[in-house]
Amino acid sequence: MINPKIRKKPLLLEVITAFLFVLFLMPIFIVVINAGKDSFAITANPLSLPEDWLQIFRNIATIWTDPNLRYGSSFFASSTITILSLLFITLVAGQAAWILVRTKSKLSQIIFFMFVAAMVIPFQIVMLPLVSWFRIVHKFIGIPLLRTYAGMILSYVGFGMSLSLFMYHGFIKGIPLELEEAATIDGCKKWEIFYRIIFPLLKPITATVLVLNGIWIWNDYLLPLLILGKGNAIQTVPLAVANFAGAYVKQWDLILTAVLLAMIPVIILFLFLQRYIIKGMVAGSIK
Amino acid sequence: MKKKQHDLVFWLFLAPAVIAFLMVILIPFIMGIFYSMTDWTSRPQPEGLQFVGLLNFIDSFKDISFIYSFLLTIVYTFVNMIVINIVAFGLALLVTSKIKFDNIFRAGFFLPNLIGGLILGYIWQFIFNMVIPNLPVISAIFPAIAESGNLMLATRDSAVMAIVIAGSWQYAGYIMMIYVAAIISVPEELFEAAKIDGASSFKNLIHIIVPMTAQAFTITMFLTLVQSFKQFDVNVSLTGGGPSTQFAGSFIRGTELLALDIYNTAFTANSLAESQARSVIFFIVLVLISLLQVRRNKKKEVEL
Repeated sequence: MINPKIRKKPLLLEVITAFLFVLFLMPIFIVVINAGKDSFAITANPLSLPEDWLQIFRNIATIWTDPNLRYGSSFFASSTITILSLLFITLVAGQAAWILVRTKSKLSQIIFFMFVAAMVIPFQIVMLPLVSWFRIVHKFIGIPLLRTYAGMILSYVGFGMSLSLFMYHGFIKGIPLELEEAATIDGCKKWEIFYRIIFPLLKPITATVLVLNGIWIWNDYLLPLLILGKGNAIQTVPLAVANFAGAYVKQWDLILTAVLLAMIPVIILFLFLQRYIIKGMVAGSIK
Repeated sequence: MKKKQHDLVFWLFLAPAVIAFLMVILIPFIMGIFYSMTDWTSRPQPEGLQFVGLLNFIDSFKDISFIYSFLLTIVYTFVNMIVINIVAFGLALLVTSKIKFDNIFRAGFFLPNLIGGLILGYIWQFIFNMVIPNLPVISAIFPAIAESGNLMLATRDSAVMAIVIAGSWQYAGYIMMIYVAAIISVPEELFEAAKIDGASSFKNLIHIIVPMTAQAFTITMFLTLVQSFKQFDVNVSLTGGGPSTQFAGSFIRGTELLALDIYNTAFTANSLAESQARSVIFFIVLVLISLLQVRRNKKKEVEL
């Protein structure tokens, strides 16, 4: 930094980066300012600030209980599905990965390989048969999986299993066996070893698994569309916004308010958990 | 000792994972391959399904709109990969160049990644249809751009570019973070040595950063390739497959990517079996891409 020429450069880079930063966040800004207008004001100038910010609350009040959107209940359904799916994914994938790592047999290798190989299967190839299979299950076993929370959560546990199990598997391989051996000598049962000793040790990788699956499940559109269907009392937020936008074509003041309501929870969560979210997603990609 | 390996706990711990996997992936997957060779439709079929061999695959390849979607997806994937990676790598260089507020910048570039593709498509539809034509600059200098026939989403080529822009906005910040992780891990001594030798920033980039982050490029290329190839949500909410275009003499949806074509074949054309056949083709292409990736990674490891 002694050379004045070098000192000049970061400033230029800072200006360029700041400009790109503003450009990148512009779409979100545009949503916010236009959610605070009525449709005339939007057509007049979509880039001006709202004359009366209270309009944003009037717009929210208009759409909140709209039969297509039902924001309160959609938010509840999305949260329930996301939280329960995450809970089951971490427990189910964690315990399965642990037992597969600690059992050194051909069978355990084959089962692990099956989970990993399934990662290339795209959603498109299973989406139609999944619906007809769930219908068959309902008809013959009596468990309703279509249009229910149970079906949604089971689906997410299934679709999230491969990647989650793979990540837990890689992490558990690095945990020394001595810990568990000592616990066995102390008379700890096998399942106790996992839930009392191992699972708390998995926190860092559990955070990654939660972030990766959580963002995907919260934003997912196609699976809820197929499993929950249209006109269901249970609908997720993306499904609700799609229904709403379909019913109010070109009413941008209301559509953008719905979009804003759909974005806010994720953005708030990101502001608080930013570091974990970015770290988790990058760690997930490198696997 | 060996007998105790697969004890009750082994099966109890595995059971939930295996059951969920069977119920959601394996059984539907096998059914899916079977359905692709039948005359499955959404109408009631009381006499049962007929086995038709590869007829659905042949029909798919005879369908101009499937061929078009296939080609379009290849073009889209190629363009999208390039745009995302250039933007992401450029941003990564900027936010690792020891500037102030770099953490805030990183978070800001990353943020769009948290917004779902469907929601994001509506945002960009608004920008292309309402914001851009109403910009004072546009109406003063290029009033023609604001005419409804000339809007970004009104013609095929520009509508595809619109999907690229929206898709890149969503994904570039994520890919940027992977590059950032790679650039940060380059040993500082290399830059110090280069500084003593009087290397320029550009030389640093070509001779240090690019070779030292080669591994990250393999990851990002694969991720963007698969992500672009599977694009669905943005496609649905931004263009819905339109506008229509002429291809090989017939009018078809101009921006319908493969995933949307598979969806529409099932739910608009009601040919479930043919949709299933197309998804099998989609699957085979993804398997080939993954095999190539695995092979390349293996080769790289050997070289190291």
